[in-house]
Amino acid sequence: MKPLKIKNLKKKFKDTLAINGVNLEIEEGKITGIIGRSGSGKSTLLRMINRLIEPSEGTIEFNDIIITEIKGKALRKWRSECAMIFQQFNLVDRLDVLTNVLIGSLGRSYSFLNLFGYFSKEEKINALRNLNRFELTEKSLQRAGTLSGGQQQRVAIARALMQKPKILLADEPISSLDPKNSKRVMDDMLKINREDGITIICNLHSLEIAKKYCDRLIGLSEGKVVFDGKPKELTTNISKKLYDLDDE
Amino acid sequence: MMNEIILNSHNKNLIKKKRFWNTSLIVLLLIGIVLSSKIIDTNISDLFNGITRLGDYISKILPSLELNNLFLGSKDQGSIAYWYFNISKYLKLLFETFNMALLATMTGSILALFLSFLAAKNTSPNSLLFFSIRRMLEFFRGVPEIIFAILFVWVLGIGPLAGIIAITIHTTGSLGKLFSEVYENSNNRPIEALKASGGNWLSEMKFGLLPQVLPNLISYALLRFEINIRASTILGFVGAGGIGQELYLVINFNYYEEVSAIILLIILTVISIDLLSGHIRKNIIGFDND
Repeated sequence: MKPLKIKNLKKKFKDTLAINGVNLEIEEGKITGIIGRSGSGKSTLLRMINRLIEPSEGTIEFNDIIITEIKGKALRKWRSECAMIFQQFNLVDRLDVLTNVLIGSLGRSYSFLNLFGYFSKEEKINALRNLNRFELTEKSLQRAGTLSGGQQQRVAIARALMQKPKILLADEPISSLDPKNSKRVMDDMLKINREDGITIICNLHSLEIAKKYCDRLIGLSEGKVVFDGKPKELTTNISKKLYDLDDE
Repeated sequence: MMNEIILNSHNKNLIKKKRFWNTSLIVLLLIGIVLSSKIIDTNISDLFNGITRLGDYISKILPSLELNNLFLGSKDQGSIAYWYFNISKYLKLLFETFNMALLATMTGSILALFLSFLAAKNTSPNSLLFFSIRRMLEFFRGVPEIIFAILFVWVLGIGPLAGIIAITIHTTGSLGKLFSEVYENSNNRPIEALKASGGNWLSEMKFGLLPQVLPNLISYALLRFEINIRASTILGFVGAGGIGQELYLVINFNYYEEVSAIILLIILTVISIDLLSGHIRKNIIGFDND
């Protein structure tokens, strides 16, 4: 299987280097956790993978396509293969849950009729099936804004699945959730990884959760990779360094 | 103790600052009034002389109603029917004014909707388009409706079409600006999600932006409709159709009682449309917030 290759990636925001020369190969079918304190460049790195943020230097490759160079239709196709969920869920609060999930299909199969709110029966069934996987079927006609945070994030995962993605990028998916909902969301992500073989790259704050769910951990500090290995290789010393916790 | 001292001195500072600004504002205002009245050469006594004349005019246009004859037919002096002998014509023209405003508001809102996406910083697909559409909208609302109306009356001849076009242009300009400002204050997250899923610009607008902003847009369009009712009345004065044209006529011919009859009708129409659109607005937004 071909990995996602990140070569010498850099991102400069005005004077600060948010990402400073990252080299990574991310294997398919695994859950990779990116850890580090706030401002270490986790979110920037993730957003460069689907080009929500343009890199300043370096390349990203997937299946012999140089992701950092594509434009227009090809870029939209890549984005639809590389789904993303967000810290604040980014649902359209005022639309119902079903439509929110259907929106995920727009990148993959767009037709002019969609603009009038029409979606094919096939897509609708698809959407309901995805909602059913996360036990959200009875919420389908409710407004997304009325759901709890945990439910909203699981709707967002259902929306991501509508894209039939190869990769799922998760940007701090549980930082605004309570422990119980966090577990539920992480379990659902684990489920789609194991059942559908979707590669997951996930930014996490909590080391405990990262160790529990991820196959591999990457530690970022000041835009550089300072740790890369199995969760059990992450010693207390390294994690202290990663989060700038000094013993003094 | 310490806290109180800090709070007190904080209050004193605030009061000092406020007092300074208030005094300077009043002084500036006074200077402004004196200067501007010098420039336009006003005289307070003129104003007082004028006010009595205003009273004269108002007493002239008031109908001479008699309590005993109030409900008699249109041939009897002192009755309401006599005052409103021309009611069928007024209503027809009022309907025309109403339709002018309605048509212009609808067309203008639709045009504004299309242009506003291009005129908002966060939704415009390219900066040249953004810049030129913004300038165009400014021109549309910068020129007073009556100027457009005069122009189109000259081009198309007397009649409501000129008024409709004039109001449509102005409505497009002002709603286009308001709409685009609503977009700029909208939540970017759903749009980001659509972009991240590979959606194109149109689907970002339709699914990410529009659902959030729709109640605001409707609210602005209804407000504009109220304003346009008044505007289309005034445009009649330059020959652009509707009840305004009739009002202009009766004012010029000194048909005093008809002036008050028409003005009262216009006021009643405006009030009922204000109430109605307020009601609609509340319903739409209330419905959308639950």
